[in-house]
Amino acid sequence: MRVVILGCGRVGAYLARMLVAEGHQVTVIDKNSAAFTRLGPDFPGNLVVGTGIDEDVLRRAGIEQADAFVAVTNGDNTNVMAAQVAREIFGIPRVICRIYDPLREEIYRSLGLETICPTLWGANRIKEMLEG
Amino acid sequence: MYTIVVGGGKVGYYLTKSLLEEGHEVLVIEKDPRKCDRVIDELGANALLGDGCEASTMTEAGMGRADVVIAVTGDDEDNLVVCQVAKHKFNVPRTIARINNPKNEKIFRKLGIDVTVSSTEVILSQIEQVIPAQSLVHLLTLRSVGVSFIELEIPPDSPAIGRPLRELGIPDDCILPLVIREGKEAIIPYGSTVLQPRDQVIAVTYETGVGTIRRILCG
Repeated sequence: MRVVILGCGRVGAYLARMLVAEGHQVTVIDKNSAAFTRLGPDFPGNLVVGTGIDEDVLRRAGIEQADAFVAVTNGDNTNVMAAQVAREIFGIPRVICRIYDPLREEIYRSLGLETICPTLWGANRIKEMLEG
Repeated sequence: MYTIVVGGGKVGYYLTKSLLEEGHEVLVIEKDPRKCDRVIDELGANALLGDGCEASTMTEAGMGRADVVIAVTGDDEDNLVVCQVAKHKFNVPRTIARINNPKNEKIFRKLGIDVTVSSTEVILSQIEQVIPAQSLVHLLTLRSVGVSFIELEIPPDSPAIGRPLRELGIPDDCILPLVIREGKEAIIPYGSTVLQPRDQVIAVTYETGVGTIRRILCG
């Protein structure tokens, strides 16, 4: 599977390394090249520096050939816009978008984006643990 | 008319000032307390301190009864989310977004934003009128109706070469009435016409579409 990951923070970098270890072809985009150090020195995937809401940057990252796109920058709005560009402009079959704000997550899920809200998930899980 | 302006920077400030002068009811949402105070103190406008992308701020601003929402922050992604949330959660009838990257115009339109305003594109089109760049010449501009007649020469590396016109994605509100080949042959083009390097193309388009047609024909 060819995967483009936007955002090389903890989640983006960890996901990239997991996917690469399973033999997937991964490209990571981040606006700050220093973020790529999280991938370790021998990361075999492609690295692209730039802002992920820019069509040209996404093209440089090979989005036109990608099977999946994952938006995990620390900005909800950046993730929302990049995910919609990937889906609507480039027609990427699988697009996953992280949104911290539960209300915004609900809106975009109802608009058909495949979303994950770590805030809601984390809070629910902690509540379960407290109750269990 | 109740208008909500998201972003109280320079564009938001002067936009609000003009709207107030025209007698509209305006509320500004701004997350920087200093900018927010400036709008209140200098314009006497209603301003709400908060993140205009947050549904709770929007509810507090009375988004549900807004006639128009105008998002003019400096970040395209924030302007997009403001307009989409306004439209889909609060059913605001008209949303207007400022865009900084002119290429986002197409994306915003596709994602349901009613109107986009690109200052970059406006400045670019002004420059193009003064200095004809990339073999583009403004033959005539009908300012009252916002229509331009332009002439372009197809460069040898143009992406438009070798494909019929109908496949180039030329916007519906732009027509190409004439192609002059090798300076002597006049062609009235159809959808099936294929351009060649150094063809002179006359185009009629709205002024806002000049950049788009130049990109399509000249790359």
